[in-house]
Amino acid sequence: MAAYSLNEVNEMYVDVLKEIGNIGAGNATTAIASMLQLKLDMQVPKVQLLTFQELGSAVCPEDETIVGIYLEVQGDIEGSMMFLMHLDSAHFLVNRLMGRGDDYLGDFDEMDMSALKEIGNIIAGSYLNALSSMTRLTLSPSIPYISIDMAAAILSVPAIQFGQIGDNALLIETEFGDDVMINGYFILLPELDSYEKILKSLGISM
Amino acid sequence: MGEVIKVGMADLNICKSPNIITTLGLGSCIGIALYDPVTKIGGLAHIMLPDSTQIRNNSNIAKFADTGIEELVKRVIGAGASKSRLKAKIAGGAKMFAVSKLSDVGNVGERNAIASRLKLKQLGIPLVAEDTGLNYGRTVELHCETGEFYIKSVGKPLKII
Repeated sequence: MAAYSLNEVNEMYVDVLKEIGNIGAGNATTAIASMLQLKLDMQVPKVQLLTFQELGSAVCPEDETIVGIYLEVQGDIEGSMMFLMHLDSAHFLVNRLMGRGDDYLGDFDEMDMSALKEIGNIIAGSYLNALSSMTRLTLSPSIPYISIDMAAAILSVPAIQFGQIGDNALLIETEFGDDVMINGYFILLPELDSYEKILKSLGISM
Repeated sequence: MGEVIKVGMADLNICKSPNIITTLGLGSCIGIALYDPVTKIGGLAHIMLPDSTQIRNNSNIAKFADTGIEELVKRVIGAGASKSRLKAKIAGGAKMFAVSKLSDVGNVGERNAIASRLKLKQLGIPLVAEDTGLNYGRTVELHCETGEFYIKSVGKPLKII
């Protein structure tokens, strides 16, 4: 195995994440389409490398309310992952799942919250499956945790984790939908030695 | 009403009456406000992590409670505030996700609050009010005209400490 510079490794890592994002978004779209009995298309995901200061406002203005779903990952790779979506996307998905009209925008009740967790679970699971099959590493996610709050407050969780190892965070944006487009954001947070494991299993050495 | 100065994540700044200094959406991070009621000079820091000595990559001093508070004190004194009159108020340090195991993510908010209180104590600055913990985000504003610290949260009434 050849040794690469950190920049090259980062570039390759971004490419790998893009590909994982692609496969994961594809799987997730299929799963959600069949759950909601909708026809859904997806766009090619965008991967952004951001400083943690930029992360707080990367999804929407910092004090806008968004939905965050967080899972801890254990197995060959340790870490966590987060899936974020705008409030209107969450309303749309929950309304479809609960068989309500699209214009219902009331507060989420307990049933709605578990529906959202399940949607987050399916989407996160799709990404983790993509990552697991590409790296041939075993991953097991925890139950999903949910928070509906200000974007910056939710994003402080991954920002703090990235902040411990450096100043950058990777954000994958996916878009899927039909007549209504849904934007989802995905953040993968491997622990430092797991980051190396991911690269190694893909044949990239640092 | 004066202008509004915005402080980002891992950032700090000073402010004078009649201006307002704010930071948006504190989650597990802590907003530390310092205020001198005589000169009406204040400052706000938005720290992310408790301790700079535990982290290799610690060049950004505003990122940590220990180095961030020290720097904020230096800056407000530099602007004309008196150290002996400084009072502190803190907010944030929430646990945004109800993760079960006692991981770093689970208790970083609490550790941030503890580290902030400790640093203020070491510097001899009285902590006169705080709104920390629980599970929701907070937007804070220090009004330098009055020294009031406004805390805004989603679906909750405005709190002034």
